[in-house]
Amino acid sequence: MLGSEKRDALVDALEPDHGDGFAPKGRSLTEDAMRRFRRNKAALVSVYVLGALILVSLIGPFFIPFGYEDPDWAAFRLPPDFASGHYFGTDQNGRDMLARTLYGTRVSLMVALVATLVSIVIGVTYGSIAGYLGGRTDAIMMRFVDIMYALPYILFVILLMVIFGRNVILLFIGIGAVEWLTMARIVRGQTLSLREREFIEAARAAGLKPFQIIRRHIAPNLVGPVVIFATLTVPEIIVTESFLSYLGFGVQEPLTSLGTLIAEGADVMEVMPWLLGFPAGFLITMLLTLAFIGDGLRDAFDPKDV
Amino acid sequence: MSKMLLDVQDIRTEFWVSGNGLFQPKRKLCAVDDVSFSLREGETLGVVGESGCGKSTLGRSLLRLIEPTAGKVVWQGKDIAGLSPEEMRQKRRDMQMIFQDPIASLDPRMTIGDIIAEPLTVFEAGLSKVERRGRVLDVMDTVGLSGDMLNRYPHEFSGGQAQRIGIARAIITRPKLVVCDEPVSALDVSIQAQIINLLQELKRKFGLTMIFISHDLSIMRLISDRIMVLYLGRVVELADKADLFADPKHPYTRALLSAAPVPDPKTARARQRIVLRGDPPSPLNPPSGCAFRTRCPLAEARCATREQELTPVSEGHEIACEVVAETGPRLA
Amino acid sequence: MTENIFKSENLTVRFDTPDGEVQAVSGLNLTIAPGETVAIVGESGSGKSQTFLSVMGLLAKNGKASGKAILEGRDLLTMRPRELDVYRGRDISMVFQDPMTGLNPSLKISRQLTETLEVHQGCTRQEADAKALAMLEAVGIPDPKSRFRMYPHELSGGMRQRVMIAMALLCEPKLLIADEPTTALDVTIQAQILELFAQLKDRFNTALVLITHDLGVVAGLADRVFVMYAGRVVEEAPVDDLFEDPKHPYTKALLASTPRIDTDLESLEPIPGRPPNLQRLPKGCAFAARCAFAEAQCREIKPALNPVADRRTCACLLVPTEERASA
Repeated sequence: MLGSEKRDALVDALEPDHGDGFAPKGRSLTEDAMRRFRRNKAALVSVYVLGALILVSLIGPFFIPFGYEDPDWAAFRLPPDFASGHYFGTDQNGRDMLARTLYGTRVSLMVALVATLVSIVIGVTYGSIAGYLGGRTDAIMMRFVDIMYALPYILFVILLMVIFGRNVILLFIGIGAVEWLTMARIVRGQTLSLREREFIEAARAAGLKPFQIIRRHIAPNLVGPVVIFATLTVPEIIVTESFLSYLGFGVQEPLTSLGTLIAEGADVMEVMPWLLGFPAGFLITMLLTLAFIGDGLRDAFDPKDV
Repeated sequence: MSKMLLDVQDIRTEFWVSGNGLFQPKRKLCAVDDVSFSLREGETLGVVGESGCGKSTLGRSLLRLIEPTAGKVVWQGKDIAGLSPEEMRQKRRDMQMIFQDPIASLDPRMTIGDIIAEPLTVFEAGLSKVERRGRVLDVMDTVGLSGDMLNRYPHEFSGGQAQRIGIARAIITRPKLVVCDEPVSALDVSIQAQIINLLQELKRKFGLTMIFISHDLSIMRLISDRIMVLYLGRVVELADKADLFADPKHPYTRALLSAAPVPDPKTARARQRIVLRGDPPSPLNPPSGCAFRTRCPLAEARCATREQELTPVSEGHEIACEVVAETGPRLA
Repeated sequence: MTENIFKSENLTVRFDTPDGEVQAVSGLNLTIAPGETVAIVGESGSGKSQTFLSVMGLLAKNGKASGKAILEGRDLLTMRPRELDVYRGRDISMVFQDPMTGLNPSLKISRQLTETLEVHQGCTRQEADAKALAMLEAVGIPDPKSRFRMYPHELSGGMRQRVMIAMALLCEPKLLIADEPTTALDVTIQAQILELFAQLKDRFNTALVLITHDLGVVAGLADRVFVMYAGRVVEEAPVDDLFEDPKHPYTKALLASTPRIDTDLESLEPIPGRPPNLQRLPKGCAFAARCAFAEAQCREIKPALNPVADRRTCACLLVPTEERASA
């Protein structure tokens, strides 16, 4: 503004948060959320614990002298024992439980990660298009989701297994293809409310095309709810996979997952409790930490609730 | 006289509102009811009215952010109401909008540099990054924002600064028409004055044509050339600013003027207020005939039977009230 | 002056925020005589609302009030919540900007009105109903009998605000606090409500505190005006004096930046810059950075609120000393 520029500058100078250098970077909402997240002790500890768990499951197997599928002929049904190097003991076939647990964790995480990614990609695209376009398109797209919902997913996965045979990749796809439905619903709901916001109208007034608006304005503003929901999806998928494995539809021997291990362990928990205890401990730790992280993220992205 | 920029003929915008109960039929809500006016280049038209009178819907219907149901919007000699969405999108370069809630109209996840540059990415996609940044810095300077705020995010700004960002975005493509929808009503008095002065300055500098929507007649008095008073979706009075304030004719305009508070205790005490009885009727169920008759101090029997047409009472002064047109205004 | 019914001494309101402590109101002293209408004027963040929220014990959880707020000899700030409940609604009540926040959406108007009467005055249902109906009539609600049985959402904004006012006046409080009572309303409805306040003031002889940002509303209704900036009172004056001869540069600037409906202005004189961040208040006068008259001393010394003329005070180092002497 004319004339008042000098005084405006003065006011700005009085505010010491103006950094030096040209055009200092501002704090984005995501950065703000991360700052709040870091203040949440339970969530932060969970991140470290989960990180450690992932790291161990990834690099641990390289340091263990036993493979996850090789029987140790000298040690069958060995309880946890430091002298022989089987820290978690061995199973009925003499396979090292530490190696198996770590491998199982790896597989479970993989399934969870891939299935979550699949559900995010499909769910966000589908939900935001349905939500933004609205009207008849929305009605048709969401009715399809409703129909998919109505199908019992276990049946759906079993059907896939029967047709294509047991296959880990298929398992990923099967679970992801079921999980995206909820994601699509959540994203659509968010998009509906975003669509009414003034900045979307401003983008329309600025001449953006519908798909540009979805990509530039809707999708980035979905980050919060999507991230939160994804952290809640991961444990759900781990549990689903465990459940399917328990039923015998999961990963195939000798490959293993936490669910399979727990299923096998449960059968013999009275005689060999270590077969159940260690995988169950890993699973519980993972689920708990993910729950804390999800909670922390929700508080961080939505500070009004705090 | 300067060229005609916009000629609006009988524009009408209707919404369908779901009924009260589950099986109630949908009801029609006519938010903008056969509004006509024309706008010359460089002119500022004030649109004033109370909440629910359709003033914001009118602004959005002109830009086709809300699709009007009927009527013509002739823009530089061509009707844009019939354009395809793609053709209409191209026109947006020349017609921009400034919004009421300055913070909410900015995408919270984009830096303000990107927000301001957005219309450029659509209409001048060929610009290089450096050129685009130069244009953004130019326009930021014009609206009184310092260039070092380029990489900050909307939530770091106060309402007044955020509104400057909104204005910068609206004028970066050098539009011919800017629709301002209550651009200052969310701001504090001292900041409000800054934004009004900025808009006036832009109007002078770029010869902007503006449609200024507000509920506040005292702001209209500062910024408008002509004023249109809306009541329940219909124009009740349309006049040059000087005329309207010196000699308001329609009883509703007179009531609006006298109801507006004056920041001077002596005048406030001396003034005779026309206090309207009751609330504005629901637009879902408007009264027959003249919509204002339920609150009008001059209402007669005939007002209930005939819809009032906008008729000229003097040069450039039109009202939709045959009672006043015949007998002249009287105090109630 | 007659005996005051309300007096605050060094009233201070602080908020604990994640970014540190914020002092929203600093050392406020004000007095209100019976039947008087006092306006508190300020922009957002000036602390005008927080002042009386603290008096009502309605501060947000992270807020803390200190000092004294004395209603008829009793300090409201030191009262236990139970005790305060007795006074709230009976001797002191409040009308808010958004009438929906004060009304329970799931209760009929009748129940909301009679509840206060039954609690505070021990009325029977019939007595309470009769009184409440009479009050609805008094606040100008047409056909009160049928409105009595409605839910808040069935009423228009103006009607809701009338119900809120009726509710606040039911126990004939000595002090009525109206926090931006017309800001959410249309101009013609605002005129109705302001008129209603003027009538009720005479009829019930209630002292009224009008918290607003709108100088036009102040001019029409108030007897005395306090102007607040950044948590402090910068000027206090009878309403005519304030508009005729504002002393504090902020008051002057505020008046110059207010659009007028009654005269043609070429342009406004805005106040440059923006209100200071309450977390980083400058050492001297909070307004100095935006003040057209500021001198070097203004940035160093925080001005005290001094008497400058008959019944007038002002917190500015530059208001001439001879005027101070005459007080």
